[in-house]
Amino acid sequence: MNGIHDMGGMQGFGPIDREENEPLWHAPWEPRMFAVGSALGAWGRWPIDASRGQIESMGAEAYLRSGYYAKRLPATIANAIRHGLITAREAETGQPDPAAPKATPPLTADMVDGAMKRGSPTARATERQAAFQIGDAVRTRNLNPETHTRLPRYARDKPGVIVLLHGAHVFPDTNALLQGENPQPLYTVKFRARDLWGEAANPRDTVCIDLWEDYLEPAR
Amino acid sequence: MSSHHPHGHDHDHDHDHDHSDVPSDLALRVKTLESLLVDKGLVDPAALDTIIEYYEHKVGPRNGARVVARAWSDPAYKTRLLTDATAAIAELGYSGRQGEHMVAVENTAATHNLVVCTLCSCYPLPVLGLPPAWYKSAPYRSRAVIEPRAVLHEFGLDLPEDVEVRVWDSTAEIRYLVLPERPSGTDAMTEEQLAALVTRDSMIGTAVVSAP
Repeated sequence: MNGIHDMGGMQGFGPIDREENEPLWHAPWEPRMFAVGSALGAWGRWPIDASRGQIESMGAEAYLRSGYYAKRLPATIANAIRHGLITAREAETGQPDPAAPKATPPLTADMVDGAMKRGSPTARATERQAAFQIGDAVRTRNLNPETHTRLPRYARDKPGVIVLLHGAHVFPDTNALLQGENPQPLYTVKFRARDLWGEAANPRDTVCIDLWEDYLEPAR
Repeated sequence: MSSHHPHGHDHDHDHDHDHSDVPSDLALRVKTLESLLVDKGLVDPAALDTIIEYYEHKVGPRNGARVVARAWSDPAYKTRLLTDATAAIAELGYSGRQGEHMVAVENTAATHNLVVCTLCSCYPLPVLGLPPAWYKSAPYRSRAVIEPRAVLHEFGLDLPEDVEVRVWDSTAEIRYLVLPERPSGTDAMTEEQLAALVTRDSMIGTAVVSAP
């Protein structure tokens, strides 16, 4: 989706504002939101790709207005409704449907440490052979899906070189839509800054981007 | 702190906190959602507290600093880190969420690495903890790829023209840790002393590690 979230190369946002001795949280609700999102994830009803996809579809104005943790609130509610954990009416009233049975949380306090330390690896064993090897010249495809993708706009239809192979990883474009993990080779592709941004860029500078095989074609 | 934009914490500047939404409204909405989920048995309130505690106390840039100091002190460890960072970092006990697949990138006299996530705010949580607001901000995400040298200048770092600035845009579930150059004059230092020199920003690539 060509949304506001795809910020690489945009101009006009101004200087980078840093806060001295920045606290971990800026409001008491931020850790609560972060933890709620993490704990709901343990239900395994939707992957991180769907969470990102939901945040991306919140609209440009809301996206820019909301901070990192605030963006998660509507996205978490939307996914919890869509994937059957809560109803829209419950979300609106904040009251559980009295007819619904009480669930048992899949993640209890004693499980947290282990769950965080395991994480959710996205590497998958697959039969699919990598089409490219380190050193191969490739070109990114000119793709403009209206749904979630991880091929940034600034790197579409650009020449690059494969510099790292990561094996097969879950493909976010299909996984975000719960259309399957579609694991496929993931590469790091190195681009010359000049190929991305033109002659004003330093001739030595480069940008490395992690890209799945479906985003790539052999160099022309 | 940038010398270009000094300010306190008391105005709603362009941090990544929520400048336009009414904070009390957000607080209420989050509380409402949390109560609903707890009442429905979907989340365990004690688990929420434990998750918060985990991110407040068990992960943070001190973890990454220990990885860097070990790599500076132990050439065999450095080789393992640069070959299979996930396994090498796990040797020190750090692993998991948003660090499932790690790659360490080494700064040298010829190459300076800088990490960003232009599409969201991906960050290697097990080694660096939760990201600072500037890392998640639109200015950093938009500019790091198109004008990394201007970004580094704002952080007080001006690199020679003949050094390659290599930006890593974290678009997949690979998370990058910059291995900064060991400063000169630190030969006699212990691993613990070295770790104390390593800053968060030096492991993102917006700073270098200075000699003590």
